[in-house]
Amino acid sequence: MLLINCPYCGERPEPEFVNGGQAHLVRPRRPADVSTQEWTDYLYRRDNTRGVQAERWRHARGCGRFFNALRDTTTDQFLATYKVGEPRPDAGAAPGEPRR
Amino acid sequence: MSQAFRTADGGRVDRSRPVRFTFDGRTYGGLAGDTLASALLANGVHLLGRSFKYHRPRGLLAAGAEEPNALVAVRRDAARVTPNLRATQVELYEGLEAHSQNRWPSLAFDCGALNDFLSPFIPAGFYYKTFMWPRAAWKSLYEPRIRAAAGLGRAPTLPDPDRYANRFAHCDVLIVGAGPAGLAAAAAAAVSGARVIVCDEQSEPGGSLLSASARGEPAIEGRAAAVWLREMLAALAARDNVTLLSRTTAFGYFPHNFVALNERLTDHLAAPDGERPRERLWQVRAREVVLATGSIERPLVFPGNDRPGVMLTSAARTFLHRYGVRAGTRTVLVTADDSAYESALELKRSGVEVALIADLRESAPATPGERARLAGIPVLASAAVLGSSGRLRVNAVRVARRAQGGAIREPRTVGCDLVLMSGGFTPSVHLFSQSRGKLSWEETLQAFVPGRAAERVRCAGACRGMFGLEEALTDGRSAGTAAAREARSPGRTGVSPGELRAPEPAAAPAQATASEPAAAPASAASGGGAASVPAAPTSGAKAFVDWQNDVTSKDLALAMREGFRSIEHIKRYTTTGMATDQGKTSNLNALGIVSRSLGKPIPEVGLTTFRPPYTPITFGSFATTARGELFDPVRTTPMHGWAASQGAVFEDVGLWKRARYFLRAGEDLHAAVNRECLATRASCGIFDASTLGKIEVVGKDAVEFMNRLYVNAWGSLAVGRCRYGILLRDDGFVYDDGVVARVGENRFHVTTTTGGAPRVLALMEDYLQTEWQELSVWLTSTTEQWAVIAVQGPRARAVLEGLTDIDISAAALPHMAVATGRICGVPMRLFRVSFSGELGFEVNVPADFGAPVWEAIWQAGQAHGMTPYGTETMHVMRAEKGYIIVGQDTDGTVTPDDAGLTWAIGKSKPDFVGKRSLQRPAMNAPDRRQLVGLLTSDPRTVLEEGAQILADPATPPPMRPMGHVTSSYYSACLGRSIALALVAGGRGRLGQTLYAPMPAGSVPVQVVSPVFYDPEGKRLHG
Repeated sequence: MLLINCPYCGERPEPEFVNGGQAHLVRPRRPADVSTQEWTDYLYRRDNTRGVQAERWRHARGCGRFFNALRDTTTDQFLATYKVGEPRPDAGAAPGEPRR
Repeated sequence: MSQAFRTADGGRVDRSRPVRFTFDGRTYGGLAGDTLASALLANGVHLLGRSFKYHRPRGLLAAGAEEPNALVAVRRDAARVTPNLRATQVELYEGLEAHSQNRWPSLAFDCGALNDFLSPFIPAGFYYKTFMWPRAAWKSLYEPRIRAAAGLGRAPTLPDPDRYANRFAHCDVLIVGAGPAGLAAAAAAAVSGARVIVCDEQSEPGGSLLSASARGEPAIEGRAAAVWLREMLAALAARDNVTLLSRTTAFGYFPHNFVALNERLTDHLAAPDGERPRERLWQVRAREVVLATGSIERPLVFPGNDRPGVMLTSAARTFLHRYGVRAGTRTVLVTADDSAYESALELKRSGVEVALIADLRESAPATPGERARLAGIPVLASAAVLGSSGRLRVNAVRVARRAQGGAIREPRTVGCDLVLMSGGFTPSVHLFSQSRGKLSWEETLQAFVPGRAAERVRCAGACRGMFGLEEALTDGRSAGTAAAREARSPGRTGVSPGELRAPEPAAAPAQATASEPAAAPASAASGGGAASVPAAPTSGAKAFVDWQNDVTSKDLALAMREGFRSIEHIKRYTTTGMATDQGKTSNLNALGIVSRSLGKPIPEVGLTTFRPPYTPITFGSFATTARGELFDPVRTTPMHGWAASQGAVFEDVGLWKRARYFLRAGEDLHAAVNRECLATRASCGIFDASTLGKIEVVGKDAVEFMNRLYVNAWGSLAVGRCRYGILLRDDGFVYDDGVVARVGENRFHVTTTTGGAPRVLALMEDYLQTEWQELSVWLTSTTEQWAVIAVQGPRARAVLEGLTDIDISAAALPHMAVATGRICGVPMRLFRVSFSGELGFEVNVPADFGAPVWEAIWQAGQAHGMTPYGTETMHVMRAEKGYIIVGQDTDGTVTPDDAGLTWAIGKSKPDFVGKRSLQRPAMNAPDRRQLVGLLTSDPRTVLEEGAQILADPATPPPMRPMGHVTSSYYSACLGRSIALALVAGGRGRLGQTLYAPMPAGSVPVQVVSPVFYDPEGKRLHG
């Protein structure tokens, strides 16, 4: 069970949270103006990162807020959690696995 | 039977408290402090079980959690039978009733032993190669038979009457193992004020110190080991920042230092009071973890190494020193490790005749060997063990000298009733490995030790190769101090473990002479264990590697001969190291054999994964209180009690209990639903719609928010009016629907499907919080705050007229209007809406008033023939009108157009969630499945929901269906069956005849409009 640091509430156990997939995907401001390929990429294309990944979490059974997190998918360790709208922190290399 | 093998004195058993118990119906005597294993050994009973596959007689291999064979069932009553307990961990109590397993008709005479003679035909993986024909027989015949013949104990069939508790705990330092290293760590950590939890799986803390010999015991800090232990425990008990848990197994190590402990509270008691929980699951979040899990002695692989009476040397020492039991009268020690020599001397002192030390290494170690010889114990170096004999107990071993080049010289038979094996010690790295820490191969120890950690964890003592008592204590102290310091360091941040730390590399093994065998006998630098494992023997006798899974060295050789190379594949093919045992005694020996056969060093062969639980845990412990009524929450509406009193039959919808239909005397489901449908359409019905999801959308940007989210145009919706809203996901598929009322300029009352409420709110929050942060909108779930009473039917207005202050005339409150007022004096939002196709109202009142308002409406309805109806009638009536149910008539691949709902889309809006996707070419393909109605030619035939639709029933398989039935009912109002279906290009096929294959044959169906009843909507607007 992961321990997740909600930027609003502090450390809480994983069952209080729902993972929201890849972070920093921005919905096109005017979807009508983007090509079908761009729209399809927005809808369906996701990274499959081995290592540090920015992902969305929602403290669903807590404050209800969405936030972002940097998690190393190889070790499950969180490097940072941060509020929506804040830039991805420069967390450097993950402490776990060597980059491959 | 007297306890003939009990020593005159010594041990930690209480000689003043005799205990009587039964094993397979026979009564024996033991002592308080015994385990079932030690008490049976004291009575000379070595035959404790039959092996998993070959049904070979088996005794005790070990004295602790690593015991693979002596699995018994302990029975308190018919419901309280615990199978597969290791006899070495079952604490004796007065009246304990234990049974052996996997034998018939008796342990001494087991018909299943036939398998042993058939063993040439059932090697590793035999079931992959035989029993293949006929195919169907595998499931019905072969597999059930094989499963019945192989096996472990049987679980009781009665419900578990015991109570299981659950506890969450946080601490600075969790220490697993209360042996010398763990206790030293606890003491060191506690001094700093850190909150410390120490857990140990045994009945009392002390670990290897509990097996310290009374005479030759080592001194710790100038005191006898037993005295040091007593004082240490008293000191820890006196501290309120230390929790010391015995009978508590740390069985799983999960991410972020989350460790699961299983505490057994009553299994050791003769008469549990029934009030205390039987077990407690501890879910511990530790800032720092110290693993002091000790080590396990390795057996040796030689032919006939599994007979009762063949055991680990460390086990014999534990039985002797801790329980005062001699495991035999005349012993042969087979060793590849120096520790056996000291053990031999101890056994001899206790009165066991030592017939021989057979050292598999080229030469015996100088000093220990000399001491043994001086004590009159024969020593044979370069020994080879050729086999053992004895049916239910070993009675001799055959040994020889291995000459240069491997030739066997001077074979001889040595009579004995006890054979002890010393293959060196394997650090217990199970939990460290579970934590995803990396293991590294330590050549001098011939063992894997903890390498780079993945969590905030330290290992101390024997579990990282520090076998000597002094070094284990020192190691524990420094681990405890460091863990406490780091756990409480102010600079410690958040949840991340910081930089990962590799423990110090294991120090060189202690000098064999300096290290007294208290903590655990020193594993000599000469190296035992895996290195000493012979290649697969050529003789016919079985040499076991995995005692629990009956895997022999030949099975491993077979797997490699058949081409298996990866240790993970070999593990699965042969089953070595699997199941509850998780390779505690077998892993390294299996690796050694594979390494030798493949000619690859052990680190290159690799190690298989250790999986939780470390030892088996009861299901009750995992379930804790989540059983029966507490398994899942139950949601009921304010009118639940009324419905129950009126004969409602309930169905589960999510967590909700909803009234499905109301049974009257002599009715079945169909009769009740037909009656409810006819009555509602003829006069009026009352329906509990409280479970509908409700979300209050409020704020100055509420209209804009709704415009961006739902497909509909909300700007044109006047205050006081409702609209049928459709919500898509951005992929363009229908996600939810429901009536949305504009109850104020900047306030919407949004309803969702019963099951969809949480996900709709989550979707709304997602867009609001992450995409449209500029919008000023608040979302509040009001599902539980409103009770909703639907009054439907031509008499609905007449029923409500006298109860409310709102003008509900057709002119003042037309279809799809909403008004705020009072009913029976209670505040109300009144919706003029209909999911039945009749004149309809939905009365929304605060939930606390739901029951009395319902009762008042019900009373008023009596004069108008009002009938209560349930979800089944609601479903039939909406299908008669062609209204969809999201999730039944849609499946996540249905667009609004597919469902015939294009009319709802706000055409002039620049965007809404899903709009862009609706423009993708595939979303407008002509052959998309569209919602249509189906009529069978025989009006009594009700199609099966899910039935496929074909153009031609004679199509040979495999055929590609053109659609499927989504809803199907018998309509009493129409006097015939009706169905809704999604059919490719359906709207272009009106009037065509298609076919629905049913169990009795294909049924011709005519494609029609999905609106079967009152297509003009006259009744709706009445």
